[in-house]
Amino acid sequence: MSHISPVLWQFLVKWLTNFALFPPEASKIAPESDALFFFMVLVSLVGLTIVILLVAGFSILYRKERHPKAVQIEGSTLLEATWTIIPLGLFLIMFVWGALLYFRIYTPPANAMNIYVVGKQWMWKVEHPGGQHEINSLHVPVNEPVQLTLISQDVFHSFSIPAFRVKREAIPGRYTTMWFEADKVGTYHLFCTQYCGTNHSQMIGQVVVMSPDDFKQWLADSTSGASLAQNGERLFSSLSCNACHNTRPDARGPSLVGVYGSQLRLANGQTVTVDDGYLRQAILDPSEHVTEGYVPIMPTYQGQISEDGVIDLVEYIRNLSSGYRLQQTLNTTELPPGSEGTAAGPAPAAEVKQ
Amino acid sequence: MSAATIVTLPDQSTARIPKMNFLTKENGLLSWLLTGDHKRIATLYLISITFFFFIGGALAGLIRLELLTPQSDLMAADTYNKVFTMHGIIMIFFFLVPSVPATLGNFLIPMMIGAKDLALPKVNLLSWYLYMAAGIIAIYAMMSGGVDTGWTFTTPLSTHYVNTHVITTGMAVFIAGFSSIFTGLNFIVTLHKMRCPGMTWFRLPLFCWANYAASILMVLGTPVLAITIVLVALERTIGIGVFDPAKGGDPLLFQHLFWFYSHPAVYIMILPGMGVISEVISTFSRKRVFGYTAVAFSSVAIAVFGFFVWAHHMFIMGISNYAALVFSLLTMLVAVPSAIKIFNWAFTLYNGSITFETPMLYAFGFMGLFTIGGMTGVFLGATGTDIHLTETYFIVAHFHFVMVGGMLMAFLSGIHFWWPKWTGRMYPEKISQLAAVVTFIGFNFTFFPQFILGVLGMPRRYAAYPPEFQVLNVFSTAGATILGVGYLLPILYLTWSLKYGAIAGNNPWQATGLEWQTQSPPLTENFIETPIMDHEAYDYEWLERKQAQEVASV
Repeated sequence: MSHISPVLWQFLVKWLTNFALFPPEASKIAPESDALFFFMVLVSLVGLTIVILLVAGFSILYRKERHPKAVQIEGSTLLEATWTIIPLGLFLIMFVWGALLYFRIYTPPANAMNIYVVGKQWMWKVEHPGGQHEINSLHVPVNEPVQLTLISQDVFHSFSIPAFRVKREAIPGRYTTMWFEADKVGTYHLFCTQYCGTNHSQMIGQVVVMSPDDFKQWLADSTSGASLAQNGERLFSSLSCNACHNTRPDARGPSLVGVYGSQLRLANGQTVTVDDGYLRQAILDPSEHVTEGYVPIMPTYQGQISEDGVIDLVEYIRNLSSGYRLQQTLNTTELPPGSEGTAAGPAPAAEVKQ
Repeated sequence: MSAATIVTLPDQSTARIPKMNFLTKENGLLSWLLTGDHKRIATLYLISITFFFFIGGALAGLIRLELLTPQSDLMAADTYNKVFTMHGIIMIFFFLVPSVPATLGNFLIPMMIGAKDLALPKVNLLSWYLYMAAGIIAIYAMMSGGVDTGWTFTTPLSTHYVNTHVITTGMAVFIAGFSSIFTGLNFIVTLHKMRCPGMTWFRLPLFCWANYAASILMVLGTPVLAITIVLVALERTIGIGVFDPAKGGDPLLFQHLFWFYSHPAVYIMILPGMGVISEVISTFSRKRVFGYTAVAFSSVAIAVFGFFVWAHHMFIMGISNYAALVFSLLTMLVAVPSAIKIFNWAFTLYNGSITFETPMLYAFGFMGLFTIGGMTGVFLGATGTDIHLTETYFIVAHFHFVMVGGMLMAFLSGIHFWWPKWTGRMYPEKISQLAAVVTFIGFNFTFFPQFILGVLGMPRRYAAYPPEFQVLNVFSTAGATILGVGYLLPILYLTWSLKYGAIAGNNPWQATGLEWQTQSPPLTENFIETPIMDHEAYDYEWLERKQAQEVASV
């Protein structure tokens, strides 16, 4: 082997060891997505073969040497109908199959655990409900459905995990969701696939799929001290949301207890389902989202809360299942905001609850 | 392969280029710059788009060189972003959109319908000046620092987050758009009003049908692009907030508007190319195009359906699932007319008498590559698989198979086919056949590995990538060098042929179109007397009878 050029040698070695042709299938949906993909590859190959055979075959049979005089033919309705209807049928099969897959990929199951992801130039910030933050990586448990709620703080980004065959755009000003159920422990690529400026190609990271026990351990080791809801609670009182949104009978704003997931009639007559996206809009653009029976006095919080802060608030309201918590928050606002008895809390001196 | 050929050249010892023709009628720079002759304007366009093609091609070369290694080492990431942005803008707005319509269409449509010129010669010249003004502004933007938004100008990146020459480049695209609107308008008026006696709609060569369909798209679609660019400029300068969520705007609205033009734009680019293929396949198999009416109407069908599929660029962007459903279905429907065309061309060969001159080789290349490009479009049109494949190299490969493998092959096929008519001289056959084969091989080497990269998930517009993708990228770059040779060869031998090529005579390919029944290069007025169309398009028996008569009368 000594006479092979080292460059060529290295190329051959690289070829043999580092040459990927197909991405790993690491989620429940991946084999389903690949099934349709391979069906399409098969149809394409058959179609391409037919075209090549026709062109090559006719070129041999009817080349000028063999067939000096062309025979004029107008066309053939039957043949033309054939190659209209068969491709149409195949395309419609792909359409239906693709649509079924699409609805499955973009409809999260009700029991999925939710993780928030904020995209910003040029990193992904992942926020677990328990308050664990990660940058450019995402830790998830294996065999458990995970829903991601995505938003961008600046430009369009796109959250892509090729090994799971899922991808979703992170859009400024609007939540989007995606979900997956990883089924193989391992580390996979995470890419931003929507061009987002200078360091677009550095906006990459890894998705770490862990066994449930490892994941629990990881959550415990990575805690930041306060859950998103707890952060939200603090924000709720520091922005004086509870001055109006309390459970008192004379409250100027609607009670937020149990509002998440409910049907709400608005002042303009619309009925909406309260979800993350609605709450976000109601906080940032309140005059367009007034609950029936209330007056539009809420000021906008546009520009005053970061996307992370909005997520905290949404997570707080989402978990607000009884007025008791709200009362607690209300009582503590007369005093400095309290921490929830966690080690890393900012103001342990303010332990006034109960 | 033996050299059975259809080429019939006049006796070279006595043949001369006609003294009086559109190239020699007047001399001097001004006679070109102030001309109203569609053939001269087409020549101006041909020179200019070739110039822009080589700028765009050089930028593509830089992209491929950078991607030879996984790190971003040849250029800084910012530079890379500017390079691929300018590659896209120049290739799309300054090469692909005007390529066939403004050169071949401009040159041929009046001759094909037996007219003296386009209906609005001054508008035609204005369109070239707008094109050049736009091109100069684009090059100025590139030289003075460039722009790094990607050719799609996606908001809010383009409006709030970059400080490069977005408005200058936007202005270039805006002006180029008007050039394209004027070309389209001119073709529509000409095809309605200037057809010679006997030239009914269904006697038109299919090239005219294809350009007519593309013209409708230009006239109806391009204004939307213009509006969108103005909105981006206003957003950048005075912050009107249409696309800004903080002011109640919708950033997705930009993409709806942009793709409302830019999806039909791909049909603006490909339809005229399909027209070229119809002419070439018919001529070199000596047969009427199989199912003329179906091919003609499939062009119109593509143009009509083409307007209602734009949101298939946005399946993963959070449009409603049901909207995705509708746009996916319509996308499947627009794929059908393309399939019809491919099979009709294949069956045009059936029972023909086929020869394999250069234009035909390019046309065969088109059919193979366009089939792959079209089928992979279906992968992206089906919502479920689009999620995984979109925004990766799969889409880059798909687009280049359709645009470079399809459109550029068709353009080169057309340039070779009508070169004798345009210049009066033949290009050297052997080396041009070689160029066609080299282009085909180089093309597949360059772009096929990108499909695999896309399936692996490699995102597009990345200056750096994970090392396991390197081997395929090396293949792609190697192929690009071969492709580069394939594109340089025609420039060399076509230029050579201007002086040394064999005299072509009126009709070297024995083709039936009216443009072939006049001298090469044609007179400024195209025909000595207004022709009368007394036969169907592609009537080779009529041509034989006519030639027999000419021989008898001599």
